[in-house]
Amino acid sequence: MSATHTFPSPRARGEGRGDLVVDAASPQGEGEGARPNETPPSPPPYPRLPPRFADDEVGETLSPQAGRGDAERTFAQQSGYNFAYLDEGTKRMIRRAILKGIAVPGYQVPFASREMPMPYGWGTGGVQVTAAILGRSDVLKVIDQGADDTTNAVSIRRFFARTSGVATTTRTAEATVIQTRHRIPETPLTEGQTLVYQVPIPEPLRYLEPRETETRQLHALAEYGAMHVKLYEDISRHGHIATTYAYPVEVAGRYVMDPSPTPKFDNPKMDDCPALQLFGAGRERRIYAVPPYTRVRSLDFEDHPFRVQEFTHPCALCGAEGVYLDEVLLDDAGRRMFVCSDTDHCEGRRADGHVGTGDAI
Amino acid sequence: MLAPGFADPVHDAQATFRAVMDALARPGLPRPLTPDLTPPAPLTPELAAVALTLTDADTPVWLDAGLAASPAVATYLRFHTGAPLTEDPAEAAFALISDPARCPPLGAFAAGTPAYPDTSTTLVFALETITAGEELSLTGPGIRGTTRVALSPLPEDFVAQRAENRAGFPLGVDLILTAPGRVAGLPRSTVVTEA
Repeated sequence: MSATHTFPSPRARGEGRGDLVVDAASPQGEGEGARPNETPPSPPPYPRLPPRFADDEVGETLSPQAGRGDAERTFAQQSGYNFAYLDEGTKRMIRRAILKGIAVPGYQVPFASREMPMPYGWGTGGVQVTAAILGRSDVLKVIDQGADDTTNAVSIRRFFARTSGVATTTRTAEATVIQTRHRIPETPLTEGQTLVYQVPIPEPLRYLEPRETETRQLHALAEYGAMHVKLYEDISRHGHIATTYAYPVEVAGRYVMDPSPTPKFDNPKMDDCPALQLFGAGRERRIYAVPPYTRVRSLDFEDHPFRVQEFTHPCALCGAEGVYLDEVLLDDAGRRMFVCSDTDHCEGRRADGHVGTGDAI
Repeated sequence: MLAPGFADPVHDAQATFRAVMDALARPGLPRPLTPDLTPPAPLTPELAAVALTLTDADTPVWLDAGLAASPAVATYLRFHTGAPLTEDPAEAAFALISDPARCPPLGAFAAGTPAYPDTSTTLVFALETITAGEELSLTGPGIRGTTRVALSPLPEDFVAQRAENRAGFPLGVDLILTAPGRVAGLPRSTVVTEA
């Protein structure tokens, strides 16, 4: 269900450089994140400077800061849902699993995953973890492949705005809880923050050993030879480790863990991260965690050390280097452009006056 | 009369959980926990808050001698949580300890199994004080460098017991440490030494 490769975020829809910048300034551009029935707000002179606490209906009815506490009360009076959708018994069960996950970093704790009002594969595990930890004073950010404005991110953000009334934001620095599908924000995370990953297949050994009874034993025995063989076969076939996403990591020197299908570019950010990282797999019914300041080592070999992708060009919109870029096709002739995958980071840089070349490649 | 539970069950439980989660994620770093509860003694408000937040019909609870001696405590916990009380510490999902100095050895509780280390007991201590002292030195996941903390009262051979508990990692028990107004965590992953 990888939607974002075929649907780049609205910032890439312009025809030329000038248009691109203006388009990007509008919080609701013309991409799939836009709501067709509403007039897009007129573009401000600079992209997204004032804090935006919500781009959703609930948020718009609130004055961002003052309305927070009331929002939940109004919601509770108007609907039959419990705060953050899940019932309290389910939250307790998930909370117990989260605590075990934190106590045994990288170990997959089974939990009684519930059906959620969205299909498996759309983040039901992450949504349940977020629902179990979310409180009234939290500020929630949701990203999908780094973007705040793609379908999955918009719908999950709106889901929590509706069912909990918590404040939402697109700014990494303002968020206390960040739910993510497959990226870690470029802005370094801080101690007060919790990053919640949506995980499709939590078992790193699953493609090597299909039986859960066996993989459980392999984890119990810390027997990860098969994973090293897999990486070695990459080298013998391709000359280098060809795994580029869901790159296996060893957590705190014990469990090998699937970091969810994040690009391996993000793996180094998991190591010694000041934020708490929680992982939820809804269909596979597993929760796991990496506490703050925990050693997360990407598996490698002495003669083939772990390396991240490098990009030959900076972001075409903001000129950022050393960030993860999305390839965006511009026309039928195959012209393409490389832009930041992290929309908040890109917008923040452009607001600060950084400008890319805007050139197609 | 039965003492009341949380005034706002949804948000009081969430606040307690977040304090406990942050405490276990950053071992030895106390977090504020100020539940508005008046449970029957010797159950402390902090012990009661953790019990009301995390236990239910799915989690057998073991009470230490002091708590088990009080029928009012059992009535309070049964009514507000629905958790079955067990007399076998190895069967308990949670153990509430009002007198940590006389806590049974950590090895008496469930340590989990190699395939399912999460099936272990979580102990909740009602300490008198948790202070940033020089007594214990903590390292491990969740700790930047080393954390120093002083806990009182503790069993005499607590450090040795913890070392044994850590040696069995990933098996072992996790400790939620409470004191008046605060909570700290000591998960099995933490290495505890005398400072």
